[in-house]
Amino acid sequence: MAATDTTVVLKPRPQVVAHSVPRKRLSWIEWVTGTDHKRIGILYLYLTFAFFVIGGVEALLLRVQLGAPDNTFLTPQRYNELFTLHGTTMIFLFIIPVFAGFANYVIPLMIGARDMAFPRVNAWSFWMLLFGGLVLYGSLFFNPPEASWWNFPPLSSVQYSHSGGSDAFIVAIHLIGLSSILGGINFIATIHNMRAPGMGWSRLPLFGWAMLVTSYLVVVASPALTAALLMLLTDRHYGTHFFIPSVPGSGIREGSALLYQHLFWFYSHPAVYIMVLPAFGIVSEVLPVFARKPIFGYKAIAASTVAIAFLGMLVWGHHLFTWPISTIVFAFFMISSMLIAVPTGIKLINWIATLWQGAVEFRVALMFACGLIGTFVIGGISGVMLAMFPVDWVLNDTYFLVAHIHYVLFGGSVFGVFAGLYYWFPKMSGRMLSERLGKASFWTILIGFNVTFLVQHSLGLSGMPRRVYEYPASAGWTGYNLVSTIGSFILSAGIGLTLINVVRSLRHGRVAGPDPWKGNTLEWFTPSPPPANNFDAIPRVRSVEPMQDLRRAIQRDSERVGGEAARETVSA
Amino acid sequence: MRDRRLILQMLAFFLVGTGVLLFIVLDVVHWFPAAATAQARNVDRLYKVMLIVSVPIFVLVETVVVFSVWKFRMRPGQENMDGPPIHGNTRLEVVWTALPAILLLSLCTYAFTVLHSNEKKKANEMIVDVTGQQFTWTFSYPRANGQPPVKSLELYLPSNAHIYFRIHSKDVIHSFWIPAFRLQEDAVPGITTDYRATTTNTAATYPIVCAVLCGLGHSTMRSFVHVMPPGQFAAWEAKAGGPVTAAPGQAPAALGKQMFTSSLGCGGCHTIADAGTSGTVGPHLDQVLKGPKHSAAFIRQSILQPNAFIEKGYPANVMPQTFGAVLQPTQIDALVAYLRQVSK
Repeated sequence: MAATDTTVVLKPRPQVVAHSVPRKRLSWIEWVTGTDHKRIGILYLYLTFAFFVIGGVEALLLRVQLGAPDNTFLTPQRYNELFTLHGTTMIFLFIIPVFAGFANYVIPLMIGARDMAFPRVNAWSFWMLLFGGLVLYGSLFFNPPEASWWNFPPLSSVQYSHSGGSDAFIVAIHLIGLSSILGGINFIATIHNMRAPGMGWSRLPLFGWAMLVTSYLVVVASPALTAALLMLLTDRHYGTHFFIPSVPGSGIREGSALLYQHLFWFYSHPAVYIMVLPAFGIVSEVLPVFARKPIFGYKAIAASTVAIAFLGMLVWGHHLFTWPISTIVFAFFMISSMLIAVPTGIKLINWIATLWQGAVEFRVALMFACGLIGTFVIGGISGVMLAMFPVDWVLNDTYFLVAHIHYVLFGGSVFGVFAGLYYWFPKMSGRMLSERLGKASFWTILIGFNVTFLVQHSLGLSGMPRRVYEYPASAGWTGYNLVSTIGSFILSAGIGLTLINVVRSLRHGRVAGPDPWKGNTLEWFTPSPPPANNFDAIPRVRSVEPMQDLRRAIQRDSERVGGEAARETVSA
Repeated sequence: MRDRRLILQMLAFFLVGTGVLLFIVLDVVHWFPAAATAQARNVDRLYKVMLIVSVPIFVLVETVVVFSVWKFRMRPGQENMDGPPIHGNTRLEVVWTALPAILLLSLCTYAFTVLHSNEKKKANEMIVDVTGQQFTWTFSYPRANGQPPVKSLELYLPSNAHIYFRIHSKDVIHSFWIPAFRLQEDAVPGITTDYRATTTNTAATYPIVCAVLCGLGHSTMRSFVHVMPPGQFAAWEAKAGGPVTAAPGQAPAALGKQMFTSSLGCGGCHTIADAGTSGTVGPHLDQVLKGPKHSAAFIRQSILQPNAFIEKGYPANVMPQTFGAVLQPTQIDALVAYLRQVSK
């Protein structure tokens, strides 16, 4: 830990330091009605982490069921409900909104703004998310959805899922989608219009780039899912038949189950990038700070974010390789899916080049960022394999795919979430997280995660399909499944350590000061936690690392003027 | 100087790591089941090429990450130092954009040629219609000169033959997957999908799996494919096309038990202690076939029209409603006889 308080001598620079505003205790009414982006960000984080825990418990129940062959711990119906809830919760109620939470807190601070562009819309986004989650989990008291997170017809049509679970899913995703689209518009408006003076596009922090591009993806792709679900709703209850194939002898003209798949994946593939680009953005912020070295290839990383998003809109067909679509269309989707590995690879290589020759400081945030590089590369490689459709024909919808999605969404996104949590927690709470508990948590998560999911590749290769509630002992999958189940408990223990760390540090953590990491970006320019107005004065931005510039300016001034200038305390 | 030594160390680590890992994935562990078609061999070769390309990339990334955080870790006394102010290098960026792009496009081309040869139409293809429904597969072999097709609940194929599958679904989406054939194609209601397989000359039995979630009994939607010499296959087809009878001296109930446990897949959903099955999707048949439900008429109706009576606590529309169309009267009688016998 570097010295946190340096008293330096400098020329009068009265406008750059924010004085702290006295904090008063917040009553719950202020939380409910508040529009401060920081408070909304905190609400997002609490809510999404609560859903993370719920989704994790569901995953453990699933793993217990699969831990032994012919297990009767769960009935098939409970099992189907649980994996539907697990997928829906983790994707729509945890990973996507948790980044909205981080971005809500951090983006205005990073770009030197005093709030989001539309504070009330921002609050509305949060409450829609909460209501969406309540609708989904309200169904627990009736019939939870059980047609997987795809909720795809005909299985989700009224003929095969006549319970209301499918409707609860549709309404919940409508609300969550609204939340996410409004949030996206808000981030776009904020990042376009409210950057600090001097912060041109080539000086926008890379997390800002990630959120901007992600927001565009949300705004462009989400309406397709909303439309598909609305069509499904009218199919279920109002006599339309968009997705219902012809019924012989009934005179009904045919709809197509394939149409739903196109609409669904037109959103749900970009959704993978909606979930993983912000995590990449966090890594791009964390690495240069702890490698004590500027990010390598700023422009290449920013451009690759845009390239990933653009290609990401053109690859949804690779989810349909086992569907009746002409080969030449598949050839196009295969090429676009493989090419997406190029900009992703550019990011990985630039991150590694950032670490190279640095003075790498072993903080938990850095460990999670490096963990992301190390595990995501497995998800990336298995993704390239699945993108080759002769291979996809063997491995589609097997545990190989389950392993792949978890290496991308846990090894990519969730490691990014944890890196962000350890990096920004001091800013949000004013207190440091325990490094010892954090490191224990990191290693437990890394080991537990790989024990859980690495063997699932083998399961898929040897023929275990996903979404089965049981398997015969004769299949030879017992050992792998048992290992995976044990791993899932190790993983949960690791996550538990971080949760304990957060709860403890909120009370007892060491006081952080405004800039505990010697950060590069403007959020470290204001006290921790920041006052309601964020900054009293917003400095002029002259590079991607305005805080480095300020530190250098202060040092220069102190060297030049020596003891003659006025003394001023700058917390650095 | 320090850099050169570091790079040599990394190179050694990389070579050893790649060698060991490639040895493990190519020579030691074989996860795939045996390849049972010509197409499967092509796919396996493609998969191996992918492994040979991927493993070095994986090891390279891990090596560089581990070495750079370890070798460039902050040492005591460096707390206030910064690394060199390197912001990037355009020439390097171009190189590491172009190389992966070329590599990926060539892999793409290779994958496409594999697909092209696997999908090529062959002369003398034998057609098999595959129909998925909750939660069974039905295989139907069209016959010449107007005879009704031969139907079966397990798939029988001659060895060394070109097979052309036409895949249909009666209700929801299923996926017809034979891991040993390395082929998976969705069965979509309203659309006929297809795929081709050329069996090898090995006679063996492989599992058939439904790969797409199709409802509560999804995990029980399993069957078998039997690849057999052409003569044996012809004999099977002639027998299956004719009326089914119990083997000489076999009681109908014995034939029923054989059907219950094997070809029909009843045991996937229903528990009967006598048959040794433990499915829990449908009612426990040792327990529910009591009192008035013990009658032959009730059992027959429950097989042919499962929705006529639904046991409390179980949803309708789960049991296939097509046994009447698939089974011959002798077979239904045998099944009824068996179920009456065990539930006494």
